[in-house]
Amino acid sequence: MARPVQSDLRTRLQEWIPKIVLAPSVASMLIFVYGFIVFTGYLSFTNSRILPSFDLVGWHNYWRLFQLPTWTIAVQNLAIFASLYIAICIAIGLTLAIFLDQKIRGEGMLRPIFLYPMALSFIVTGTAWKWLLDPGIGIEHTLHLWGWESFHFGWIKSSSMAIYTVVIAAVWQSSGFVMAMFLAGLRGIDNEILKAAQMDGASNWNLYRRIIIPQLRPAFLSAFVILAHLAVKSYDLVIALTGGGPGRATELPATFMYSYTFTRNEMGVGAASAVIMLMTIAAIMIPYLYAELKEPK
Amino acid sequence: MSGAVDTGVAIRTNRVTRTFIYLFLLLFALFYLLPLAVMLINSVKPLSEITGGNMMALPDVWTFEPWREAWSSAQIGVQPTGLRPYFINSILIVVPAVAISTIMGALNGYVLTKWRFRGDTILFGMLLFSCFIPFQIVLIPMARVLGMIGLAGSVPGLILVHVVYGLGFTTLYFRNYYSAFPTELVRAAQIDGAGFFRIFYRILLPLSGPIIVVTIIWQFTNIWNDFLFGSSFAGQASQPMTVALNNLVQSSTGVKAYNVHFAGAILAALPTLIVYIVSGRFFVRGLMAGSVKG
Amino acid sequence: MRSYIGRTLKMASVLALVAGSAQAEDVEVLHWWTSGGEAAALNVLKDDLQKEGIGWKDMPVAGGGGQSAMTVLRARVTSGDPPTAVQMLGFDISDWAQQGALADLDKVAADGNWDAVVPAALQKFSKYDGHWVAVPVNVHSTNWVWSNKKMLADLGIEEPKTWDEFIAAMQKVKDSGKIALAAGGQPWQEATMFDGVVLSVGGPEFYKKAFVDLDPDALGGPQMVESFKRMEQLHSFVDPNFSGRDWNLATAMVINGEAAFQMMGDWAKGEFLRAGKEAEVDFGCFRTPGTAGDVTFNSDQFAMFKVGEDAQAAQDAMAKAVMSPSFQIAFNTVKGSVPSRTDVSDEEFDACGKKAMAQLKSASENGTLLGSMAHGHADPASVKNAIYDVVTANFNGDYDAETAAKELVKAVSLAQ
Repeated sequence: MARPVQSDLRTRLQEWIPKIVLAPSVASMLIFVYGFIVFTGYLSFTNSRILPSFDLVGWHNYWRLFQLPTWTIAVQNLAIFASLYIAICIAIGLTLAIFLDQKIRGEGMLRPIFLYPMALSFIVTGTAWKWLLDPGIGIEHTLHLWGWESFHFGWIKSSSMAIYTVVIAAVWQSSGFVMAMFLAGLRGIDNEILKAAQMDGASNWNLYRRIIIPQLRPAFLSAFVILAHLAVKSYDLVIALTGGGPGRATELPATFMYSYTFTRNEMGVGAASAVIMLMTIAAIMIPYLYAELKEPK
Repeated sequence: MSGAVDTGVAIRTNRVTRTFIYLFLLLFALFYLLPLAVMLINSVKPLSEITGGNMMALPDVWTFEPWREAWSSAQIGVQPTGLRPYFINSILIVVPAVAISTIMGALNGYVLTKWRFRGDTILFGMLLFSCFIPFQIVLIPMARVLGMIGLAGSVPGLILVHVVYGLGFTTLYFRNYYSAFPTELVRAAQIDGAGFFRIFYRILLPLSGPIIVVTIIWQFTNIWNDFLFGSSFAGQASQPMTVALNNLVQSSTGVKAYNVHFAGAILAALPTLIVYIVSGRFFVRGLMAGSVKG
Repeated sequence: MRSYIGRTLKMASVLALVAGSAQAEDVEVLHWWTSGGEAAALNVLKDDLQKEGIGWKDMPVAGGGGQSAMTVLRARVTSGDPPTAVQMLGFDISDWAQQGALADLDKVAADGNWDAVVPAALQKFSKYDGHWVAVPVNVHSTNWVWSNKKMLADLGIEEPKTWDEFIAAMQKVKDSGKIALAAGGQPWQEATMFDGVVLSVGGPEFYKKAFVDLDPDALGGPQMVESFKRMEQLHSFVDPNFSGRDWNLATAMVINGEAAFQMMGDWAKGEFLRAGKEAEVDFGCFRTPGTAGDVTFNSDQFAMFKVGEDAQAAQDAMAKAVMSPSFQIAFNTVKGSVPSRTDVSDEEFDACGKKAMAQLKSASENGTLLGSMAHGHADPASVKNAIYDVVTANFNGDYDAETAAKELVKAVSLAQ
């Protein structure tokens, strides 16, 4: 009599366990991510300055945000920075992965060398990069000392070029990681297909273009997600390398948001910029996530 | 139709191409090593040689004093403690945070792939999107929440923060890894009467080595290098390494002891560097099996 | 649950206090004085307090002239666990006081007679609504020019008294192949120079009208255009690699004889002294030409946050110790600044320090002691940073002088 009830209870429990296991993550996500996003959205309509305040002021903060030349610069910089950074990282990462996949002697040595920059915090690597890029002490100076007098590399001091030095340092940090992702993808490709294609007389170039690279699609997508997320969050990098300068030439939305929220005591404007940033990310990510997650069904 | 291709092993390359490949790889190895080399070279130079000389030149006088100073006697705050005490704080924060977020990520991934239910994809999408939230915006509300639950300025509070904002990525990794895992095996075990956790321990976990490595590396690196949360939510006794390093490097006045700064930076990065180098091979293998598969 | 335990523990400690134990609470101090000299000076304070049985919990967060520390502070206050004392500048103090977060120090102030010894211009920041909320540690001033005496002697350059003499002197240095003006291209450093330049163009009245009253006519007027033109003049005397350079590296250029002048606040003096240079012998200090008699100041203060009653005694003791002449002398001789009370003997200070103390006193009496715009003693952070944006755009060649003046009016009105 008691048995079937008990087993019934057990199976029902079994059904519930997965949801119970997932519950803490979902709850914390709802509170700490989406709850806070809603909170920030609310703040963007208030006159918050040094601490959150709850007096609504309508669209005033957004209106001010778009009047600020620094914000325009920051958004333009993000467009330049993110597109170059993602494109170059993927290009370098893919090339290195393909080359490393050619049964290279010393792969075990090279791989960690390519990967290690990801392990370092920019608080101080920033200083090393600042030195290297500074014409007075860095690469330019060193090459002058070694006799190449006409060499000139002063991008970091120029308002129009400084953002590209940020790209260089950012690519240095994460292209090795992208390499690892592509390498993993390459190692996962079935050799038999390649052999068959070669039998048909395909050249190396065609082999990569027609068969291998299309098969790396998931790796491209993962690389894109990770790089896009790093690009949007790039903060330490800019602070360590240029401090947003010369002038405000290398300001990015992340540095803009931080400085308005925390150092300029204009939390409302900072929140408004955060909302715009999140909406931009959502506009890019939601179609991607949709396409990505629809598939397995 | 290049004639250089032989049959047999998949890709064949001729000698010229191979030389080019080696050169290319070496060139990039130099590019990657350059900043580290600058830091290493200058961390064993006396300060006078740095300010007066060529940053790429090897030291005339080798000294390991900057390393000793960064570790045990550099001025971090009022007291000249060096980075040593903060190292322990970082370990106390990083180890539990990595462990908890990895375990939760593994279980989430397991549920999301093998115990599918209505709406799970949307939940996962939301979790993934949370990776993109700029951390600056959560500081103030998070501080409020930590204050309310009594964890402000404590190590458990910091662990909580790191776990919460690491879950998106850990779940992503495990979900992708487990989605390639044959569901039939799980169903068969279920029919044999194995429960939720039993299946996880006995069937999935033993095969999860590579993805656990990837997740741990990712989380370890991110949490170890975190400055924003560490500085905002740590108490006086729980400040992590990055905050101390920042205090060492960013001090506003006085002669900048670059050699000590660089030594400190390398010391601070040592745990992550070791993790990368030791587990580099597993890392690629883990990525291969996991995150790169959509 | 945890907070309950916390409360119980706190209760227990209160009971212990009541029970007659002499052990007072600790003070927790958030600051960004982490360099060797500063920390050593702060250690004096720590030792003073320790003698009274008060422990010092150190909470240093360096970076960005206190930016990181201010972020941390916000998190701490929001979580309901503010530090006892926080290093703070100018309008930030008023902003926090306005939030009702600061303690009332009137009793300690009355005991120490602070009203009489602290210059009125400083009190404006240490007090809110008539009550003392912060303790000034030092007074820096920003309209200084530092020079390499030997280089000037070699080139036969006299100490310039007027702006034109200053420009002529720098031209002479430039012609000799040396760098005339050592500068660091960071917005706050450019703004520091701007402090002195605006004062030199329009005098204290104009400075007040522009930076304190934020009068659009002053901000966009011909005198402001002239100020931006002078900034452009200065720009022609810096070396091409100035951008992003830290201020102390610029000071080092003057110390090492690579550059002749630096326009910087008196924290630069600390660098000269540490390099073993002697004031008015190896290096010279003079007010930005055209601003003699005026002083633009900024002052580091310890803002005292509201803490529980049990911690009050320790907080008061710390406030008292900060204002004690012995600490004021010990700290300020290291930092390059002058004491925040005018009744301290100048015996221990060097030639430049003596000069600064006398000038501070007379400027305070004549009403020409002005808050520095660049260091948040004229305007709140939002306005200050809006001015930075324009100054740095002009100095880096994005705006010409006329455009800059126009943009300044716009930027300031947006930030208000």
